[in-house]
Amino acid sequence: MSDRLPGFSTLAVHAGAQPDPTTGARATPIYQTTSFVFNDADHAASLFGLQAFGNIYTRIGNPTNAVLEERVAALEGGTAALAVASGHAAQVVVLQQLLQPGDEFIAARKLYGGSINQFTHAFKSFGWNVVWADPDDISSFERAVTPRTKAIFIESIANPAGSITDIEAISTVARKAGVPLIVDNTLASPYLIRPIDHGADIVVHSLTKFLGGHGNSLGGIIVDAGTFDWSTEGKYPMLSEPRPEYHGIRLQETFGNFAFAIACRVLGLRDLGPALSPFNAFMILTGIETLPLRMQKHCDNAKAVAEFLAGHPAVASVSYAGLPSDKYNQLARKYAPKGAGAVFTFSLKGGYDAGVSLVSKLQLFSHLANVGDTRSLVIHPASTTHSQLDDAAKVKSGAGPDVVRLSVGIEDKEDLIADLEQALGA
Amino acid sequence: MNHDAYPDNYIRGILNSVKSIAMVGASPVNVRPSYFAFKYLAQRGYDMIPVNPGHVGKELLGKPFVASLSDIGRPIDMIDIFRNSSHIMPVVEEALRLDPLPKVIWMQLGARDDAAAAKAESVGIKVVMNRCPKIEYGRLSSEISWMGVNSRTLSSKRAPVPTQGMRLSLNRMSVGGGDTAASDRAAKNKTEQS
Ligand SMILES: Cc1ncc(COP(=O)(O)O)c(C=O)c1O
Repeated sequence: MSDRLPGFSTLAVHAGAQPDPTTGARATPIYQTTSFVFNDADHAASLFGLQAFGNIYTRIGNPTNAVLEERVAALEGGTAALAVASGHAAQVVVLQQLLQPGDEFIAARKLYGGSINQFTHAFKSFGWNVVWADPDDISSFERAVTPRTKAIFIESIANPAGSITDIEAISTVARKAGVPLIVDNTLASPYLIRPIDHGADIVVHSLTKFLGGHGNSLGGIIVDAGTFDWSTEGKYPMLSEPRPEYHGIRLQETFGNFAFAIACRVLGLRDLGPALSPFNAFMILTGIETLPLRMQKHCDNAKAVAEFLAGHPAVASVSYAGLPSDKYNQLARKYAPKGAGAVFTFSLKGGYDAGVSLVSKLQLFSHLANVGDTRSLVIHPASTTHSQLDDAAKVKSGAGPDVVRLSVGIEDKEDLIADLEQALGA
Repeated sequence: MNHDAYPDNYIRGILNSVKSIAMVGASPVNVRPSYFAFKYLAQRGYDMIPVNPGHVGKELLGKPFVASLSDIGRPIDMIDIFRNSSHIMPVVEEALRLDPLPKVIWMQLGARDDAAAAKAESVGIKVVMNRCPKIEYGRLSSEISWMGVNSRTLSSKRAPVPTQGMRLSLNRMSVGGGDTAASDRAAKNKTEQS
């Protein structure tokens, strides 16, 4: 056996998957079952006690989902992963392992609007207090650290404006504060950015977007980098203390550098319940096989569309980190040299009304609340994804009233540009 | 040997060649990591010997406890030490008085004593530190993939249907994209700080 190391595209096709032992099926089978039989009482007890590797019940684990988990862990360079029902479910499960009521976490102000809502309202009712910081001002993260801070949360490429976050600088703050850095890598995908290489301790994804890639299945995933030391006494009791749920097992001591992923599974997913359907896991796995091809095309198309918009008289400004004039271009060159992603915003000289008119005239771009589809998508964030925010917060998160967001698909770029041209022109 | 990051072939070679394993610090308490590892390795066909002076006269999964390595009274291939780093050296010194010598000394997850390792390596014993043989066996066979763990291996071959107590093939292709370089680096930084 040689220790030759295969590349990203090989892993995107193969990691985690092996021909089915029973049938020889080469595609990963959809194990559409709730439960798995035990060999005998001792086997059952070993599985329930976490002493043996194996399947019990699909809320805790499923063979189709396990292939997806290993594949994304491999692509991100993590030690293990846990797939869940949605990107939002991934965020709840991660923070449940880290925060006790009354604790705080610091989050970048530039985030997907749904995450801003989740952190501000839903998590507040759990007693998890979010403290906002500005990813364009690293010292705002330092100033936000208190003795109750348990984690820092950022997006690698931030929704909606496609701004690039300085992951390494923020990971230095996290390390100094002794807390893990969580990076939502949804808009970049590991093809463009691998946050663990830049100091992330935990990576989360909405698999619903580029990883699945075809706009057909919701899913989320948590990747454990295996880098964080959870043993500091009392700070992360889900990992460091004997767990009464499992007769006194200490997860960090038992599972070492993938203890966080195990905690998410056996304390988070098992008890909160947001399990991913094996059918969705299969759809997302199929999508991942072409991730490198799709992502490159998404980026190349996005750059062409951004360049077209930047030269159009009806357009006031374009915010795309792949343009040399963009404020985030330096960071894009450093973190995402293959392309700056395919989600970005632009603003129209005609303001809110021009945005509404544009959206209604487009023929190829679909007006809907998603990103990362093969199809090109358009939305007006101020009236949809970011509508729950007040006006000041809308502007701060890059979703002012004149802003339109695109998620550029993998169609022919000439057709996308022609569609925008007719909709802007008339 | 570089003890910050082991090549898969090194670990694979050890787990494929050893047959008997004496586990120092084995616990009969079924939530302790040593119990997990003992039970798993026994099920995978290794000849397991529990060593713990506090439990002599009792059995662990049908195997009688012995008080010390010298009480085993037959050659053993590998010693798996379930003790804190500060208790490693005396166990290694005892192991070096065995005749014949063990082929491998393995220190459990969290345990590392570079001086003890150097002593063992100077007489030709292979050393692994801060790893768990159960996890490594599960990883290289990809059985641990059931738990979403990155096995860092690939295979396009159809595996046999697993049955209870079966030895699993560890001869899969190792991969780099799923390299745990990041976690190895973190472990190394921690060792250097302490
Ligand atoms: C960056 C980002 N994170 C998280 C989510 C939430 O994911 P899901 O819709 O799968 O719950 C989204 C969805 O738009 C997103 O864009």
